[in-house]
Amino acid sequence: MNGVHDMGGMDGFGKVEPEPNEPTFHEDWEARVMAMVRVMGANGGINIDVQRFGRESLPPDVYLSSSYYRKWFLAIEKQIVERGFVGADEIAAGHSLRDTKPLPRGKFTLDDVKRIEVRGSFGRDAAKPAIFKTGDRVRAKNINPVTHTRLPRYVRGHVGVIERINGCHVYPDTNAQGQGDHPQWLYTVVFDARELWGADADPTLKVSIEAFEPYLETA
Amino acid sequence: MQLRIRALETILTEKGYVDPAALDAIVETYETKIGPREGAKVVAKAWTDPVFKQALLDDASKAIGTLGHVSRVGDHLIAVENTAQRHNMVVCTLCSCYPWEMLGLPPVWYKAAPYRSRAVKDPRGVLDDFGVTLPKDTEIRVWDSTAETRFLVLPMRPAGTDGWSEDKLAELVTRDSMIGTGLPKSPAELKS
Repeated sequence: MNGVHDMGGMDGFGKVEPEPNEPTFHEDWEARVMAMVRVMGANGGINIDVQRFGRESLPPDVYLSSSYYRKWFLAIEKQIVERGFVGADEIAAGHSLRDTKPLPRGKFTLDDVKRIEVRGSFGRDAAKPAIFKTGDRVRAKNINPVTHTRLPRYVRGHVGVIERINGCHVYPDTNAQGQGDHPQWLYTVVFDARELWGADADPTLKVSIEAFEPYLETA
Repeated sequence: MQLRIRALETILTEKGYVDPAALDAIVETYETKIGPREGAKVVAKAWTDPVFKQALLDDASKAIGTLGHVSRVGDHLIAVENTAQRHNMVVCTLCSCYPWEMLGLPPVWYKAAPYRSRAVKDPRGVLDDFGVTLPKDTEIRVWDSTAETRFLVLPMRPAGTDGWSEDKLAELVTRDSMIGTGLPKSPAELKS
């Protein structure tokens, strides 16, 4: 979706403000939100792409004015209701009021913590060979789905070069809609900054994205 | 906000989705166990061991898997090397993708609009915000983490560190130098 989350190349957000000796969390509740969201993902409740789409789908003013973990919380609270894990009345009551469907991988316990310290694998067997090879010139398609996509706006319609082939991965565009993995070849595609931003761009700059095969066409 | 979050935790616990002790353990992991020290150990090893460095650049996940003293990483880590000719910087313009196993949780600025919007268009301006100036002719390569691949910048080894041990070298490796928004400390900075 063409949401405010797709920020590459936007102006007006001001300077980057690094915080010296930044703590891992600024509030205790941020830590709880992080952990709860990880749990709901790890045990099969709400996959990472659904989670991302949930955050992107927050109203633009909410997205831009909320802290990072507030966005995580607002999205997960809505999504667990939409997916039938928790009732809206239970959210209002602050307690469980009935038995509801279990998480696909069951209760998340202490034994599961080690597992999520290492990221899951998104690589999948390929159904067919990769269409592109390194060195190929490709154009990022001009697509504008209203659903989740990982093709940022700032590269659409622009020509780059395939630099790496990173295997065949879960396709976020379908996974975010609960339509399955639909594994796709994943490439690193590098663009000259002048191709993206025009003749005045920094001539020393190159920018790459990680692009799934359906995002690309031969240039 | 805090009340709503506490309520959600109560509900998830009562429904048997999670053991609250597991939530505590997840928080503890990222507060105390997994942070930029992991990445620093990898960088220091690459600075002292050319065979490991090449293995890291060829397949970072596999190379790091051979190190007993560093936490394991997922399958999709890519290490990118800074040289005198080229400086790498990592961003996620769409959300906040970051190599958690190597660097811990990302800082607020990495996840916020100013960095995500400007890194792909004006990285020298961003570096200026960090007090970093690169030579005008250095190529800048920005990696936008738009999929599940993750990137670790291998910064250049500072001058004046000949003969240093891996442990001592690791003290020079800052988090930002592994994102590409900073440079490693110099030996003089370490003393101060």
